Amino acid sequence: MARLHLPATLPPLFSDLPRRLEVEAATVDEAIGRLDQRWPGLRDRLCEPGPVLRPHINVYVDREPAALDTALGDDSRVDVIAAISGG
Amino acid sequence: MSRIVLLVGTRKGCFLLESDEDRRDWSVRGPFCDSWPIYHAVYDPGAGRMYAAAASEWHGAGVWRSGDLGETWELSSEGFAYADGDLKLSKVSGLTAAHGRLLAGAEAAGVFESRDGGETWSLLSTLDGQPGRPDWNDPANQPPGHLGLPAILPHPDEPSRFWAVVQGFGIFETTDDGASWTPRNRGLRADWPIENPEVGYCVHKLVMSPVDPDRLYQQNHCGMHRSDDGGRAWMEITEGLPTDFGFAAAAHPHDRDSFYVIPLDGGHGRCMPEGHAAVWRSRDAGATWRQLDRGLPQRDAYLGVLREGLAIDALDVPGLYFGSSTGQVFASADEGESWSEIASYLPGISSVEVAVLD
Repeated sequence: MARLHLPATLPPLFSDLPRRLEVEAATVDEAIGRLDQRWPGLRDRLCEPGPVLRPHINVYVDREPAALDTALGDDSRVDVIAAISGG
Repeated sequence: MSRIVLLVGTRKGCFLLESDEDRRDWSVRGPFCDSWPIYHAVYDPGAGRMYAAAASEWHGAGVWRSGDLGETWELSSEGFAYADGDLKLSKVSGLTAAHGRLLAGAEAAGVFESRDGGETWSLLSTLDGQPGRPDWNDPANQPPGHLGLPAILPHPDEPSRFWAVVQGFGIFETTDDGASWTPRNRGLRADWPIENPEVGYCVHKLVMSPVDPDRLYQQNHCGMHRSDDGGRAWMEITEGLPTDFGFAAAAHPHDRDSFYVIPLDGGHGRCMPEGHAAVWRSRDAGATWRQLDRGLPQRDAYLGVLREGLAIDALDVPGLYFGSSTGQVFASADEGESWSEIASYLPGISSVEVAVLD
């Protein structure tokens, strides 16, 4: 099970979405798909048509920069980060 | 007694300002929409719902909706997408509720509609085949921001007829619900070379007289203009105003010849001239203008007001409201004769709309 850490900007948008959760998935894309099944619309908040990650959404798998096709291990940690920006 | 509710879209969420018919004492609620940047918030009196067009740098564009006058809000972006891989949807801005549906303008330029109260959206048109379309979608032609379709003006009696504004190119009218379009820019002034006289105009705000749908006004990049035939021909009516630049405009609800604008300095400033806050009104269709500034700051007030930043209610003696890019909201309960500041420290304001609730 991959361990996902989500940005604080996501839970207000989806009922009962926690910041941290575990999912069974082989890739980042599959993990996001699992979340989207449970919380419809969540994929749109992280991805653009392509699909690709949104420009200001960064994903790290086991602390390494990742993309949608990055593979996940049995115990991978997936950090989804809203880029530091704005004011 | 009616409640007056202002929907104020800001860079940090939507706020609601409420008063009674006297429009003297106001309360502020918000921020709503999880403090997302809001570009236009509107009320649909037919459905009793509020909508707020938003775009987050992190999570994309969508429309928030509330069916309980702002107590709770939900976001949807379902259907906001272009099948054409060359077009990227980066922002939703101008919202219009009319004839039982919602229309939304988007960037890149497109018109979307929702027929289920904002839960889902579908693409209505990207103005295919119109003169200028390849240029407004050319990535090399984008200014800061990007060119989009920020405003849609519905016809009050004909559901399939509306006007859309494409930034930097002008107004296009459809009478068949977006299946075909006609440029409506004849007579407009442009202070730059125009290759095709049908398009190439920078229309900032388009308004219609509620008592005469053929009477349109527009504030554009170079002057105020008026049309007496639904946009087929335009004439300039800038003379008498302190500048030819501005964004906001509002048409009087009961008098086709009365309307309001907020002139701004052009160039980089885009603030009220000489630090003197004022709204300007014509009562004779633009032949003459009068400055309305009683109660507004008279010096050191470098206020900017954006396209959707001025609203007018439809009471017997209409009230006017404007919000600044520095977060102040000013209100007048007497058609602009006198003003008071009703909110002082909101985030930068993108839009002000007014709802009268019975």
